[in-house]
Amino acid sequence: MTLTPFQALIIFLVATLATMITRFLPFIIFKDTKSNNRYISFLGQVLPYSAIGLLVVYCLKNVNFKAPTNWLPEAIAVIFIVILHNWKENVLLSIGAGTIIYMILVQFVFI
Amino acid sequence: MKEQIKEKFKVLKVAFPYTIPVLTGFIFLGMAYGILMKSKGYGVGWTVLASLLIYAGSAQYVAITFLTSIFNPLYAFVMTLMVNARHLFYGISMLDKYKNTGKLKPYLIFGMCDETFSIVCSAEPPKDIDRSWFYFFITLLNYVYWVVGSAIGALLGSLITFNTKGLDFVLTALFVVIFVGQWKSQKDHKPSVIGVLCSVICLFIFGPSNFIIPSMISIMAVLSILQRKYEKEGIKKEVMQ
Repeated sequence: MTLTPFQALIIFLVATLATMITRFLPFIIFKDTKSNNRYISFLGQVLPYSAIGLLVVYCLKNVNFKAPTNWLPEAIAVIFIVILHNWKENVLLSIGAGTIIYMILVQFVFI
Repeated sequence: MKEQIKEKFKVLKVAFPYTIPVLTGFIFLGMAYGILMKSKGYGVGWTVLASLLIYAGSAQYVAITFLTSIFNPLYAFVMTLMVNARHLFYGISMLDKYKNTGKLKPYLIFGMCDETFSIVCSAEPPKDIDRSWFYFFITLLNYVYWVVGSAIGALLGSLITFNTKGLDFVLTALFVVIFVGQWKSQKDHKPSVIGVLCSVICLFIFGPSNFIIPSMISIMAVLSILQRKYEKEGIKKEVMQ
């Protein structure tokens, strides 16, 4: 441990405060904005879709094309999940099967 | 009173299946976090404290680097803000859904991690289920998984022997599935496409560790242009859904 326990606690509290700011801020800023604010209500409608798109890219951010092992397992698993989910629409099946395929790929195929 | 508890339990039972992918992912990722904390000299007490208070995986991982270097709370504060800036999008997205959640609202906002957001913004509970409590249980269950997972990791991390490589992909899979579900449910795919395209372009330009904030700014910019275009064309709100 390089920090004293007190210093470590301060780091935790600071990280907590910063995280809470990012979560609470929109609710504080737009507290009094009525839903007839067209711009905010438009954002509220479209942002969930854009945000999930951002989140998917965020999860795949370490994919790169320097070697096939750096992108093929992800590509195969994602395509598999998209096809399977489009077909069966069973959330747990798509996630479970997709994860197992990915694990097989990174553990046995693209080592 | 008994009736009320029964009612809540019913909501819990409906909410639980939605959280199963997160159960898998959080127990595993939480454990990985506990193991890492342990290796840096921070035991189960510190790990559980971090998970209870911060409750943001990426920020907790970043915090480890601040625990193991020179004491610099200001830098820790700024870095955490940047790592978690994406939550701002979740908040704006949830303004409407969380509007009438009453006394549960502060906890719903406190516990709004990536996974909870993605489930809450896509799940449609049955009509007879109280929405506020449905959101609450999804938030609470995910929170419990994370805290318990990190505690297990700190306590028993060294005993795990089976090969878990790739198991963390379960959360990527969850987001991909939600993305596909959203895609099928919406007529207008522009918001989804904008989210992916802006992020991919910014990832290429700024690299994996710096692309989130540029992505958010560019998404906001393109969405604002889109809104203006829709207003001009007089497209009604209904078309968006």
